[in-house]
Amino acid sequence: MKRVVITGAGTINALGLNVPDTMAAMQNGVCGIGPLEFRDVDRLSIQIGGQVKNFEAEARYNRQQMSLYDRFTQFTLAAAKQAIDQSGLTFSGELSAKAGVVLGTAGGGVSTWDDNYRAVYEEGKNRVHPFVVPKLMNNAAAAHVSMEHNLKGPSFTVSTACASSNHAMAQAFAMVRSGMAPVMVTGGSESMLCFGGVKAWEGLRVMSRDACRPFSANRNGMVQGEGAGVFVFEDYDHARARGADILCEVIGFAMTSDASDIVMPSKAGAARAMKGALQDAQINGDQVGYINAHGTGTTANDKTECAAVADVFGAHADRLMISSTKSMHGHLIGGTGAVELLACIMALRDGVIAPTIGYQEPDPECALDVVPNVARDAKVTVALSNAFAFGGMNAVIALRKI
Amino acid sequence: MSIQDQVIAILAEQAVLEPSDVTMASTLEDLGIDSMGVVESIFAIEEAFDVSVPFNANQPGASDFDISSVASIVAGIERLKAEQG
Repeated sequence: MKRVVITGAGTINALGLNVPDTMAAMQNGVCGIGPLEFRDVDRLSIQIGGQVKNFEAEARYNRQQMSLYDRFTQFTLAAAKQAIDQSGLTFSGELSAKAGVVLGTAGGGVSTWDDNYRAVYEEGKNRVHPFVVPKLMNNAAAAHVSMEHNLKGPSFTVSTACASSNHAMAQAFAMVRSGMAPVMVTGGSESMLCFGGVKAWEGLRVMSRDACRPFSANRNGMVQGEGAGVFVFEDYDHARARGADILCEVIGFAMTSDASDIVMPSKAGAARAMKGALQDAQINGDQVGYINAHGTGTTANDKTECAAVADVFGAHADRLMISSTKSMHGHLIGGTGAVELLACIMALRDGVIAPTIGYQEPDPECALDVVPNVARDAKVTVALSNAFAFGGMNAVIALRKI
Repeated sequence: MSIQDQVIAILAEQAVLEPSDVTMASTLEDLGIDSMGVVESIFAIEEAFDVSVPFNANQPGASDFDISSVASIVAGIERLKAEQG
Protein backbone atom coordinates (compact mmCIF):
# COMPACT_ATOMS: atom_id res chain seq x y z
CA MET A 1 0.00 0.00 0.00
CA LYS A 2 1.33 3.41 -0.98
CA ARG A 3 0.93 6.57 1.04
CA VAL A 4 -0.96 9.26 -0.90
CA VAL A 5 -0.37 13.01 -0.73
CA ILE A 6 -1.83 16.10 -2.36
CA THR A 7 0.73 18.09 -4.33
CA GLY A 8 -1.48 20.52 -6.21
CA ALA A 9 -4.80 22.28 -5.79
CA GLY A 10 -6.90 24.51 -8.00
CA THR A 11 -10.34 26.02 -7.85
CA ILE A 12 -12.89 28.32 -9.40
CA ASN A 13 -15.83 29.21 -7.14
CA ALA A 14 -17.85 32.15 -5.90
CA LEU A 15 -15.19 33.01 -3.30
CA GLY A 16 -12.28 33.17 -5.69
CA LEU A 17 -10.80 32.18 -9.02
CA ASN A 18 -7.86 30.36 -7.41
CA VAL A 19 -6.87 28.67 -4.14
CA PRO A 20 -5.18 31.59 -2.32
CA ASP A 21 -8.14 33.93 -2.94
CA THR A 22 -10.60 31.23 -1.90
CA MET A 23 -8.74 30.45 1.33
CA ALA A 24 -8.38 34.15 2.14
CA ALA A 25 -12.14 34.56 1.69
CA MET A 26 -12.84 31.53 3.90
CA GLN A 27 -10.50 32.97 6.52
CA ASN A 28 -12.33 36.28 6.43
CA GLY A 29 -15.78 34.73 6.46
CA VAL A 30 -16.69 36.30 3.13
CA CYS A 31 -20.10 35.47 1.72
CA GLY A 32 -19.94 34.66 -2.00
CA ILE A 33 -23.71 34.27 -2.24
CA GLY A 34 -25.63 37.04 -3.98
CA PRO A 35 -28.27 37.84 -6.58
CA LEU A 36 -28.19 35.47 -9.55
CA GLU A 37 -27.54 36.97 -12.96
CA PHE A 38 -28.78 35.07 -16.00
CA ARG A 39 -31.61 35.03 -18.51
CA ASP A 40 -35.15 34.71 -17.08
CA VAL A 41 -33.99 34.87 -13.46
CA ASP A 42 -37.06 37.02 -12.76
CA ARG A 43 -39.23 33.94 -13.39
CA LEU A 44 -37.57 32.08 -10.50
CA SER A 45 -38.75 32.18 -6.92
CA ILE A 46 -35.16 31.47 -5.81
CA GLN A 47 -32.94 34.28 -7.01
CA ILE A 48 -29.73 33.89 -5.00
CA GLY A 49 -26.71 31.67 -5.44
CA GLY A 50 -22.95 31.38 -5.20
CA GLN A 51 -22.36 32.39 -8.78
CA VAL A 52 -18.86 32.68 -10.24
CA LYS A 53 -18.27 36.27 -11.38
CA ASN A 54 -15.55 37.77 -13.58
CA PHE A 55 -14.46 34.38 -14.92
CA GLU A 56 -14.24 35.75 -18.49
CA ALA A 57 -14.39 32.46 -20.35
CA GLU A 58 -14.03 34.15 -23.75
CA ALA A 59 -10.65 35.53 -22.70
CA ARG A 60 -9.48 32.10 -21.51
CA TYR A 61 -10.63 29.90 -24.39
CA ASN A 62 -10.74 30.32 -28.15
CA ARG A 63 -13.85 30.07 -30.30
CA GLN A 64 -13.34 26.39 -31.14
CA GLN A 65 -12.81 25.53 -27.46
CA MET A 66 -15.87 27.54 -26.46
CA SER A 67 -17.97 25.47 -28.87
CA LEU A 68 -16.91 22.34 -26.95
CA TYR A 69 -16.63 23.56 -23.34
CA ASP A 70 -19.76 23.85 -21.25
CA ARG A 71 -19.30 26.11 -18.22
CA PHE A 72 -18.64 23.07 -15.97
CA THR A 73 -15.79 22.08 -18.30
CA GLN A 74 -14.45 25.64 -18.40
CA PHE A 75 -14.27 25.71 -14.60
CA THR A 76 -12.66 22.28 -14.47
CA LEU A 77 -9.95 23.09 -16.99
CA ALA A 78 -9.03 26.31 -15.19
CA ALA A 79 -8.87 24.56 -11.81
CA ALA A 80 -6.95 21.57 -13.22
CA LYS A 81 -4.33 23.84 -14.74
CA GLN A 82 -3.79 25.58 -11.40
CA ALA A 83 -3.43 22.24 -9.60
CA ILE A 84 -1.08 20.68 -12.13
CA ASP A 85 1.02 23.85 -12.36
CA GLN A 86 1.36 23.87 -8.59
CA SER A 87 2.37 20.20 -8.53
CA GLY A 88 5.17 20.93 -11.00
CA LEU A 89 4.36 17.72 -12.89
CA THR A 90 4.45 17.32 -16.65
CA PHE A 91 3.00 14.14 -18.02
CA SER A 92 5.06 12.16 -20.50
CA GLY A 93 6.31 8.61 -21.02
CA GLU A 94 5.36 6.07 -18.37
CA LEU A 95 3.89 8.68 -16.03
CA SER A 96 1.57 9.85 -18.78
CA ALA A 97 0.54 6.26 -19.57
CA LYS A 98 -0.37 5.52 -15.95
CA ALA A 99 -1.75 8.83 -14.66
CA GLY A 100 -5.45 9.50 -15.13
CA VAL A 101 -8.26 11.80 -14.13
CA VAL A 102 -11.37 10.98 -12.09
CA LEU A 103 -13.85 13.80 -11.59
CA GLY A 104 -17.30 14.20 -10.10
CA THR A 105 -20.28 16.07 -11.44
CA ALA A 106 -23.98 15.64 -10.80
CA GLY A 107 -25.40 17.37 -13.84
CA GLY A 108 -22.60 17.80 -16.37
CA GLY A 109 -23.42 20.35 -19.04
CA VAL A 110 -26.67 21.60 -17.58
CA SER A 111 -26.60 24.99 -19.30
CA THR A 112 -25.91 23.30 -22.63
CA TRP A 113 -29.06 21.20 -22.17
CA ASP A 114 -30.89 24.34 -21.07
CA ASP A 115 -29.77 26.54 -23.96
CA ASN A 116 -30.54 23.94 -26.60
CA TYR A 117 -33.89 22.87 -25.19
CA ARG A 118 -34.78 26.54 -25.17
CA ALA A 119 -33.73 26.83 -28.80
CA VAL A 120 -35.80 23.88 -30.01
CA TYR A 121 -38.81 24.10 -27.67
CA GLU A 122 -39.21 27.79 -26.93
CA GLU A 123 -37.73 29.36 -30.03
CA GLY A 124 -38.94 26.62 -32.34
CA LYS A 125 -35.57 26.07 -33.99
CA ASN A 126 -35.12 22.76 -35.75
CA ARG A 127 -31.37 22.58 -35.64
CA VAL A 128 -28.74 22.60 -32.88
CA HIS A 129 -24.98 22.94 -32.98
CA PRO A 130 -23.20 19.68 -33.88
CA PHE A 131 -21.24 19.61 -30.63
CA VAL A 132 -24.18 19.65 -28.23
CA VAL A 133 -23.60 16.03 -27.21
CA PRO A 134 -19.83 16.18 -26.62
CA LYS A 135 -20.36 19.47 -24.81
CA LEU A 136 -23.03 18.36 -22.35
CA MET A 137 -21.86 14.82 -21.57
CA ASN A 138 -20.89 14.26 -17.94
CA ASN A 139 -17.40 13.04 -18.81
CA ALA A 140 -16.60 16.03 -21.04
CA ALA A 141 -14.63 17.83 -18.32
CA ALA A 142 -12.52 14.78 -17.46
CA ALA A 143 -11.94 14.12 -21.15
CA HIS A 144 -10.68 17.63 -21.82
CA VAL A 145 -8.40 17.51 -18.77
CA SER A 146 -6.93 14.24 -20.07
CA MET A 147 -6.34 15.77 -23.51
CA GLU A 148 -4.95 19.03 -22.20
CA HIS A 149 -2.47 17.36 -19.84
CA ASN A 150 -1.69 14.10 -21.64
CA LEU A 151 -3.24 11.82 -18.99
CA LYS A 152 -3.56 8.41 -20.62
CA GLY A 153 -4.33 6.19 -17.62
CA PRO A 154 -7.70 5.40 -16.02
CA SER A 155 -10.06 8.33 -16.55
CA PHE A 156 -13.78 8.61 -15.92
CA THR A 157 -16.52 10.60 -14.26
CA VAL A 158 -18.45 9.77 -11.13
CA SER A 159 -21.99 10.99 -10.65
CA THR A 160 -23.50 10.59 -7.20
CA ALA A 161 -25.33 13.88 -6.82
CA CYS A 162 -23.93 15.93 -3.92
CA ALA A 163 -21.26 13.34 -3.11
CA SER A 164 -19.85 13.09 -6.66
CA SER A 165 -16.55 14.82 -5.89
CA ASN A 166 -15.94 12.86 -2.72
CA HIS A 167 -16.65 9.58 -4.47
CA ALA A 168 -14.32 10.65 -7.29
CA MET A 169 -11.51 11.66 -4.94
CA ALA A 170 -11.96 8.49 -2.87
CA GLN A 171 -11.64 6.47 -6.05
CA ALA A 172 -8.53 8.38 -7.15
CA PHE A 173 -7.04 7.90 -3.68
CA ALA A 174 -7.68 4.15 -3.84
CA MET A 175 -6.01 3.97 -7.24
CA VAL A 176 -2.85 5.72 -6.07
CA ARG A 177 -2.78 3.83 -2.77
CA SER A 178 -3.02 0.49 -4.53
CA GLY A 179 -0.13 1.34 -6.84
CA MET A 180 -2.35 1.30 -9.90
CA ALA A 181 -1.43 4.91 -10.77
CA PRO A 182 1.42 7.06 -9.41
CA VAL A 183 -0.59 10.23 -9.92
CA MET A 184 -4.30 10.94 -10.32
CA VAL A 185 -5.92 14.27 -11.09
CA THR A 186 -9.21 14.41 -9.22
CA GLY A 187 -11.99 16.56 -7.81
CA GLY A 188 -15.15 17.76 -9.45
CA SER A 189 -17.23 20.57 -10.83
CA GLU A 190 -20.76 21.77 -11.31
CA SER A 191 -22.55 24.57 -13.09
CA MET A 192 -26.30 24.41 -12.64
CA LEU A 193 -26.89 28.11 -12.19
CA CYS A 194 -29.09 28.66 -15.20
CA PHE A 195 -32.86 28.96 -15.47
CA GLY A 196 -33.60 25.25 -15.87
CA GLY A 197 -31.02 24.20 -13.28
CA VAL A 198 -32.40 26.42 -10.54
CA LYS A 199 -36.02 25.83 -11.59
CA ALA A 200 -35.52 22.08 -11.06
CA TRP A 201 -34.15 22.65 -7.54
CA GLU A 202 -36.98 25.05 -6.72
CA GLY A 203 -39.40 22.20 -7.19
CA LEU A 204 -38.01 20.35 -4.19
CA ARG A 205 -38.89 23.24 -1.85
CA VAL A 206 -35.62 22.94 0.07
CA MET A 207 -34.00 26.16 -1.12
CA SER A 208 -33.53 29.30 0.92
CA ARG A 209 -34.57 32.64 -0.56
CA ASP A 210 -32.18 34.68 1.57
CA ALA A 211 -29.11 32.85 2.92
CA CYS A 212 -27.46 29.53 3.72
CA ARG A 213 -27.24 29.29 7.53
CA PRO A 214 -26.04 25.78 8.38
CA PHE A 215 -26.66 24.59 11.96
CA SER A 216 -28.42 27.83 12.89
CA ALA A 217 -31.88 27.27 14.42
CA ASN A 218 -33.39 29.72 11.92
CA ARG A 219 -31.86 28.03 8.86
CA ASN A 220 -34.29 27.76 5.99
CA GLY A 221 -32.60 25.75 3.29
CA MET A 222 -29.74 25.36 0.91
CA VAL A 223 -28.31 27.80 -1.61
CA GLN A 224 -26.75 26.57 -4.82
CA GLY A 225 -23.22 27.43 -5.88
CA GLU A 226 -21.09 26.62 -8.90
CA GLY A 227 -17.45 26.06 -9.70
CA ALA A 228 -14.75 23.42 -9.55
CA GLY A 229 -12.05 22.01 -7.31
CA VAL A 230 -9.25 19.90 -8.74
CA PHE A 231 -6.30 18.24 -6.98
CA VAL A 232 -3.20 16.26 -7.79
CA PHE A 233 -3.11 13.06 -5.71
CA GLU A 234 0.36 11.55 -5.79
CA ASP A 235 2.22 8.56 -4.44
CA TYR A 236 4.15 9.90 -1.42
CA ASP A 237 7.46 8.31 -2.51
CA HIS A 238 7.03 9.72 -6.02
CA ALA A 239 6.38 13.18 -4.58
CA ARG A 240 9.30 12.98 -2.15
CA ALA A 241 11.70 11.75 -4.81
CA ARG A 242 11.09 14.85 -6.90
CA GLY A 243 11.06 17.22 -3.94
CA ALA A 244 7.43 18.25 -4.41
CA ASP A 245 5.70 20.61 -1.99
CA ILE A 246 3.15 18.47 -0.14
CA LEU A 247 -0.10 20.12 0.96
CA CYS A 248 -1.35 17.23 3.12
CA GLU A 249 -1.80 13.47 3.17
CA VAL A 250 -4.95 11.57 2.27
CA ILE A 251 -5.18 8.72 4.75
CA GLY A 252 -8.51 7.01 4.22
CA PHE A 253 -12.07 7.05 3.02
CA ALA A 254 -15.33 5.20 3.24
CA MET A 255 -18.41 5.01 1.09
CA THR A 256 -21.77 3.83 2.36
CA SER A 257 -25.29 3.66 1.06
CA ASP A 258 -28.33 4.35 3.25
CA ALA A 259 -30.46 2.03 1.16
CA SER A 260 -33.52 3.72 2.61
CA ASP A 261 -34.83 6.94 1.03
CA ILE A 262 -34.14 8.84 -2.18
CA VAL A 263 -33.86 12.25 -0.48
CA MET A 264 -34.09 11.95 3.34
CA PRO A 265 -30.68 11.53 4.97
CA SER A 266 -29.99 8.71 7.41
CA LYS A 267 -28.01 9.08 10.61
CA ALA A 268 -26.84 5.49 10.39
CA GLY A 269 -25.56 5.82 6.82
CA ALA A 270 -23.64 9.01 7.63
CA ALA A 271 -22.23 7.53 10.83
CA ARG A 272 -21.11 4.36 9.10
CA ALA A 273 -19.30 6.47 6.49
CA MET A 274 -17.41 8.51 9.10
CA LYS A 275 -16.61 5.42 11.17
CA GLY A 276 -15.48 3.62 8.05
CA ALA A 277 -13.13 6.44 7.07
CA LEU A 278 -11.53 6.39 10.54
CA GLN A 279 -11.12 2.64 10.30
CA ASP A 280 -9.67 2.81 6.81
CA ALA A 281 -7.21 5.49 7.97
CA GLN A 282 -6.40 3.42 11.08
CA ILE A 283 -6.98 6.29 13.44
CA ASN A 284 -9.10 6.86 16.53
CA GLY A 285 -11.93 9.36 16.56
CA ASP A 286 -10.20 11.52 19.16
CA GLN A 287 -7.44 12.33 16.68
CA VAL A 288 -9.91 14.21 14.47
CA GLY A 289 -9.73 17.95 15.12
CA TYR A 290 -11.90 19.26 12.29
CA ILE A 291 -14.78 18.05 10.16
CA ASN A 292 -15.84 19.89 7.06
CA ALA A 293 -19.53 19.15 7.30
CA HIS A 294 -21.88 18.37 4.48
CA GLY A 295 -23.86 21.12 6.29
CA THR A 296 -26.34 22.06 3.60
CA GLY A 297 -28.46 24.37 5.75
CA THR A 298 -31.56 22.20 5.40
CA THR A 299 -33.44 21.17 8.51
CA ALA A 300 -33.00 17.49 7.77
CA ASN A 301 -29.33 17.35 6.85
CA ASP A 302 -27.87 19.44 9.63
CA LYS A 303 -29.59 17.72 12.53
CA THR A 304 -28.98 14.26 11.08
CA GLU A 305 -25.32 15.04 10.45
CA CYS A 306 -24.80 16.39 13.97
CA ALA A 307 -26.48 13.33 15.48
CA ALA A 308 -24.25 11.09 13.37
CA VAL A 309 -21.13 12.97 14.53
CA ALA A 310 -22.25 12.58 18.16
CA ASP A 311 -22.75 8.85 17.62
CA VAL A 312 -19.36 8.30 16.02
CA PHE A 313 -17.22 10.49 18.26
CA GLY A 314 -19.00 10.23 21.63
CA ALA A 315 -17.60 12.74 24.14
CA HIS A 316 -14.99 13.89 21.62
CA ALA A 317 -17.80 15.30 19.45
CA ASP A 318 -17.92 18.26 21.84
CA ARG A 319 -14.20 18.91 21.48
CA LEU A 320 -13.80 18.77 17.69
CA MET A 321 -14.70 21.62 15.35
CA ILE A 322 -17.20 21.18 12.54
CA SER A 323 -18.05 23.89 10.02
CA SER A 324 -19.93 24.24 6.78
CA THR A 325 -18.29 26.45 4.18
CA LYS A 326 -21.44 26.12 2.03
CA SER A 327 -22.56 29.18 3.99
CA MET A 328 -19.94 31.08 1.94
CA HIS A 329 -19.65 29.42 -1.48
CA GLY A 330 -23.06 27.75 -1.63
CA HIS A 331 -23.72 24.11 -2.41
CA LEU A 332 -21.71 23.15 -5.48
CA ILE A 333 -23.68 19.88 -5.76
CA GLY A 334 -21.36 17.45 -7.59
CA GLY A 335 -18.38 19.78 -7.14
CA THR A 336 -18.93 20.61 -3.52
CA GLY A 337 -16.65 18.06 -1.84
CA ALA A 338 -13.76 19.24 -3.99
CA VAL A 339 -14.06 22.90 -3.05
CA GLU A 340 -14.67 21.95 0.58
CA LEU A 341 -11.48 19.88 0.64
CA LEU A 342 -9.71 23.25 0.50
CA ALA A 343 -11.07 24.07 3.96
CA CYS A 344 -9.55 20.82 5.24
CA ILE A 345 -6.19 21.62 3.63
CA MET A 346 -6.28 25.10 5.16
CA ALA A 347 -7.02 23.61 8.60
CA LEU A 348 -4.18 21.08 8.38
CA ARG A 349 -1.53 23.13 6.63
CA ASP A 350 -2.23 26.66 7.84
CA GLY A 351 -3.94 25.96 11.16
CA VAL A 352 -6.96 28.07 10.22
CA ILE A 353 -10.48 26.71 10.61
CA ALA A 354 -12.99 28.12 8.14
CA PRO A 355 -16.14 29.37 9.88
CA THR A 356 -19.83 28.61 9.38
CA ILE A 357 -21.06 32.09 8.51
CA GLY A 358 -24.65 33.31 8.78
CA TYR A 359 -24.95 31.57 12.15
CA GLN A 360 -27.56 33.40 14.21
CA GLU A 361 -29.34 31.11 16.68
CA PRO A 362 -28.13 27.96 18.43
CA ASP A 363 -30.09 24.83 17.61
CA PRO A 364 -30.20 22.21 20.38
CA GLU A 365 -30.26 19.58 17.64
CA CYS A 366 -26.95 20.90 16.28
CA ALA A 367 -25.16 21.44 19.58
CA LEU A 368 -21.58 21.11 18.31
CA ASP A 369 -18.75 23.61 17.91
CA VAL A 370 -19.69 24.83 14.44
CA VAL A 371 -17.04 27.61 14.42
CA PRO A 372 -19.75 30.27 14.15
CA ASN A 373 -19.15 33.28 11.92
CA VAL A 374 -15.45 33.84 12.59
CA ALA A 375 -12.46 31.74 11.49
CA ARG A 376 -10.32 30.28 14.24
CA ASP A 377 -6.64 29.47 14.63
CA ALA A 378 -6.18 25.89 15.78
CA LYS A 379 -3.67 23.10 15.40
CA VAL A 380 -5.33 20.17 13.68
CA THR A 381 -3.61 16.95 12.66
CA VAL A 382 -6.54 15.02 11.16
CA ALA A 383 -9.58 16.33 9.30
CA LEU A 384 -12.61 14.68 7.73
CA SER A 385 -14.63 15.89 4.78
CA ASN A 386 -18.25 14.72 4.68
CA ALA A 387 -20.55 14.37 1.69
CA PHE A 388 -24.01 12.84 1.99
CA ALA A 389 -25.93 12.75 -1.26
CA PHE A 390 -29.47 12.36 -2.45
CA GLY A 391 -29.91 8.70 -3.14
CA GLY A 392 -28.46 8.02 0.30
CA MET A 393 -24.93 7.73 -1.06
CA ASN A 394 -22.25 8.89 1.33
CA ALA A 395 -18.51 9.40 0.99
CA VAL A 396 -16.15 10.61 3.71
CA ILE A 397 -12.46 11.35 3.20
CA ALA A 398 -9.81 11.53 5.94
CA LEU A 399 -6.76 13.78 5.64
CA ARG A 400 -3.67 14.30 7.80
CA LYS A 401 -1.20 17.12 8.28
CA ILE A 402 2.24 16.37 6.89
CA MET B 1 -22.51 39.01 -49.98
CA SER B 2 -22.79 36.36 -52.69
CA ILE B 3 -23.29 32.71 -51.79
CA GLN B 4 -19.72 32.09 -52.87
CA ASP B 5 -18.31 34.79 -50.60
CA GLN B 6 -20.41 33.61 -47.67
CA VAL B 7 -19.30 29.99 -48.11
CA ILE B 8 -15.68 31.08 -48.35
CA ALA B 9 -16.06 33.19 -45.20
CA ILE B 10 -17.60 30.25 -43.30
CA LEU B 11 -14.93 27.80 -44.39
CA ALA B 12 -12.10 30.28 -43.80
CA GLU B 13 -13.33 30.87 -40.25
CA GLN B 14 -13.55 27.13 -39.65
CA ALA B 15 -10.05 26.58 -41.05
CA VAL B 16 -8.65 29.65 -39.25
CA LEU B 17 -7.48 31.08 -42.60
CA GLU B 18 -7.95 34.35 -44.44
CA PRO B 19 -10.79 34.26 -47.00
CA SER B 20 -8.19 35.08 -49.64
CA ASP B 21 -6.52 31.72 -48.90
CA VAL B 22 -9.69 29.86 -49.89
CA THR B 23 -10.36 29.31 -53.62
CA MET B 24 -13.22 27.69 -55.48
CA ALA B 25 -10.97 24.72 -56.23
CA SER B 26 -9.97 24.16 -52.59
CA THR B 27 -11.12 20.92 -51.01
CA LEU B 28 -12.01 20.80 -47.32
CA GLU B 29 -9.03 18.53 -46.87
CA ASP B 30 -6.76 21.17 -48.50
CA LEU B 31 -8.08 23.65 -45.96
CA GLY B 32 -7.30 21.31 -43.05
CA ILE B 33 -10.96 20.90 -42.05
CA ASP B 34 -11.39 17.53 -40.31
CA SER B 35 -14.57 15.46 -40.07
CA MET B 36 -15.91 17.35 -37.03
CA GLY B 37 -15.01 20.58 -38.82
CA VAL B 38 -17.08 19.44 -41.79
CA VAL B 39 -20.09 18.88 -39.54
CA GLU B 40 -19.60 22.30 -37.96
CA SER B 41 -19.26 23.94 -41.38
CA ILE B 42 -22.47 22.34 -42.57
CA PHE B 43 -24.23 23.60 -39.44
CA ALA B 44 -22.92 27.12 -40.15
CA ILE B 45 -24.08 26.89 -43.78
CA GLU B 46 -27.55 25.74 -42.71
CA GLU B 47 -27.78 28.65 -40.28
CA ALA B 48 -26.48 31.20 -42.79
CA PHE B 49 -28.68 30.16 -45.72
CA ASP B 50 -31.68 28.81 -43.87
CA VAL B 51 -31.46 25.50 -45.70
CA SER B 52 -31.35 21.90 -44.58
CA VAL B 53 -28.29 20.14 -45.96
CA PRO B 54 -28.76 16.41 -46.48
CA PHE B 55 -25.49 15.10 -45.09
CA ASN B 56 -24.65 12.00 -43.08
CA ALA B 57 -21.13 12.03 -41.65
CA ASN B 58 -21.06 8.23 -41.87
CA GLN B 59 -21.56 8.33 -45.62
CA PRO B 60 -20.22 11.67 -46.82
CA GLY B 61 -20.05 10.43 -50.43
CA ALA B 62 -23.55 8.98 -50.45
CA SER B 63 -25.48 12.19 -49.87
CA ASP B 64 -26.85 14.40 -52.63
CA PHE B 65 -24.85 17.28 -51.27
CA ASP B 66 -21.34 17.22 -52.72
CA ILE B 67 -18.77 18.60 -50.27
CA SER B 68 -15.70 17.67 -52.29
CA SER B 69 -14.74 21.29 -53.01
CA VAL B 70 -15.74 24.88 -52.31
CA ALA B 71 -17.23 25.05 -55.82
CA SER B 72 -19.37 21.93 -55.28
CA ILE B 73 -20.62 23.25 -51.93
CA VAL B 74 -21.61 26.57 -53.52
CA ALA B 75 -23.40 24.69 -56.32
CA GLY B 76 -25.19 22.55 -53.75
CA ILE B 77 -26.43 25.56 -51.84
CA GLU B 78 -27.59 27.28 -55.02
CA ARG B 79 -29.59 24.14 -55.86
CA LEU B 80 -31.12 23.98 -52.37
CA LYS B 81 -32.06 27.67 -52.51
CA ALA B 82 -33.59 27.16 -55.98
CA GLU B 83 -35.65 24.21 -54.68
CA GLN B 84 -36.89 26.41 -51.84
CA GLY B 85 -38.19 28.77 -54.53
